Amino acid sequence: MNRFWANLRRNYEQGRISPLLIVGLGILLAVVLFGLIGPFFTDATNAQVGAVRPRRPPGGDYLLGTDSQGRDMWTLLIYATPNTLKMGLIAGFIGVGLGTVLGLIAGQFGGWIDAVIRVISDSLLTVPAIAILVIIAGNIDRMSTFVMALVVASLGWMFTARTVRAQVLSIREKAYVEVARVNGEGPWEILFREVMPNIMPYIVASFVGTVSGSILAVIGLEALGLGALEEMTLGNTIYWSQQSSAVLRGYWWWWGPPIVMIALIFIGLFLTSVGFDRFANPRLARR
Amino acid sequence: MSKEIVRYIATRFGQLLVVVFVAVSVNFIIPRLLPGDPVQTALARLQTSGGAANVDIQAVSAAYRARYGLDAPVWQQYINYWGDLLTLDLGVSFANFPEKVSTMIGNALPWSVTLLAVATLIAFSVGSLLGARLAWPTAGRGIKSLVPFLMVLTSIPFYLLAIILIYFFAVVLKWFPPAGGVDTTRIMRLDWATTYDILEHAFLPCMAIVLGNVGFWALGMRSQMVNVLGEDYITFAEAKGLHPRRIFVWYGMRNALLAQVTALALSLGSVVSGAVLVEVIFNYPGLGSLLYVAIRGQDYFVIQGVVLMLIVSLAVLLFIVDLLYPLLDPRIRR
Repeated sequence: MNRFWANLRRNYEQGRISPLLIVGLGILLAVVLFGLIGPFFTDATNAQVGAVRPRRPPGGDYLLGTDSQGRDMWTLLIYATPNTLKMGLIAGFIGVGLGTVLGLIAGQFGGWIDAVIRVISDSLLTVPAIAILVIIAGNIDRMSTFVMALVVASLGWMFTARTVRAQVLSIREKAYVEVARVNGEGPWEILFREVMPNIMPYIVASFVGTVSGSILAVIGLEALGLGALEEMTLGNTIYWSQQSSAVLRGYWWWWGPPIVMIALIFIGLFLTSVGFDRFANPRLARR
Repeated sequence: MSKEIVRYIATRFGQLLVVVFVAVSVNFIIPRLLPGDPVQTALARLQTSGGAANVDIQAVSAAYRARYGLDAPVWQQYINYWGDLLTLDLGVSFANFPEKVSTMIGNALPWSVTLLAVATLIAFSVGSLLGARLAWPTAGRGIKSLVPFLMVLTSIPFYLLAIILIYFFAVVLKWFPPAGGVDTTRIMRLDWATTYDILEHAFLPCMAIVLGNVGFWALGMRSQMVNVLGEDYITFAEAKGLHPRRIFVWYGMRNALLAQVTALALSLGSVVSGAVLVEVIFNYPGLGSLLYVAIRGQDYFVIQGVVLMLIVSLAVLLFIVDLLYPLLDPRIRR
């Protein structure tokens, strides 16, 4: 543990840990804590339809007001935020996992399998994701947050696959891989003992990007009404406020807080990814 | 034409074919993975949701079964599906029964294309200029303080910016209309009043897309400029005694823009995804709203048609960008 802190301190002094990374992780931590600690101080039933007086502005009994279905916005926000984050994380894990495997296969084995993976991922990268996701999500009868994460993950692997493939190709040519090969390591040993550790930073970096992209897609699908409508999520809150024309009727406390929360999540992820680039690539830090 | 450029075009064309093929196949396969046939399922859902009480479900269903040969083997259906698409037959709407999906898309398409093209062009050029200005070696504190602001703008999804814009500029200040493409009472004519009306309605949606994208282009351009300005040929140009502004614009910006165009091609997909939602929020009469209404009403063929339209037209557009790219970058032309 001491070594960990010493390492951290050295990295900080060398300027590899930028303020961007600290602020980004700080915002994300705050958002996560909000969802973890909040339930201890609120009554979950207040977030159910018809639990409180509808259309109350913020203040008094209701910190953030209530929506026109009689739900307390503050309680709703506390339960919706972790659900949205959860979908992003699940989709991120699956997408990055799939992308890593495909990228490793493409980079390690080359040939026609590489060509197929490359053409498919390059093509899918240019497609408007929402179009394909709408077809998939629209045909699922029972939607849940987990299924939603799966749907979004189906288009969340291309960027990781591309990055991993490029890294594998470049690392394979390095002298230490050559040495390992001469020492009699087989292709799998080389892949897992020599190549994998060196592409970890890239995998972590694309994980942050994939989570961000997944949350974006999830909220987009939910705003179209394709989400699990009975679950409390930030995207569904936006959807219901749209359905009740909350913007035109001036209920800013209905759509405002979820937007702020979503913005905080995205800003946190964005700063983390920029900051992490500088951490993983010391050449950038010196600028 | 050299061998390389033929190969380049062939690869890009191959990519276009893959996208179209995948899009059509996904559109065909996914609804058929479910038990029952797609039309039956769609109509059953339509009935339960009460979306189209005035439609004679049985008649429509029978007509579809005969028309699309849904009793035929799957491979036959697949071939028929391609045949229909190639003759631009996308089926008819359930909700507005005899109306053809292709007509509905044809009506919506100009709205979407114009909005998206104008907004993307503005965001791209303003963003790139701003980014170049930010990379200028003696950029002042004032302009540098824009960076965090741009970072915040890029990270917020732009359909959420749209909600905020509507609230402030249409609900509170009432400067712009909150929704729609034109005044509902307007008879479309080619005159000033109509043009003004259209522009007035398009302003906020356009602003939402521009604001949501400008940061992306500015930040991208800035980092590209920083890279380019570190190149040897810039030092060489300085050593020759060229004017700094000339070096900056003709040696720096011109090269940095190349990467920006590549990024444009790669990001158009997500811009379109976002623009679909902006249209929904503004109830703008484009493809996005058409898709939204179709999803709400379980209007099966309309959803399919719009989705195909989005994917295929974007793929064609990207192919055109790819064809223009050698004109910008002589290294590919060789």
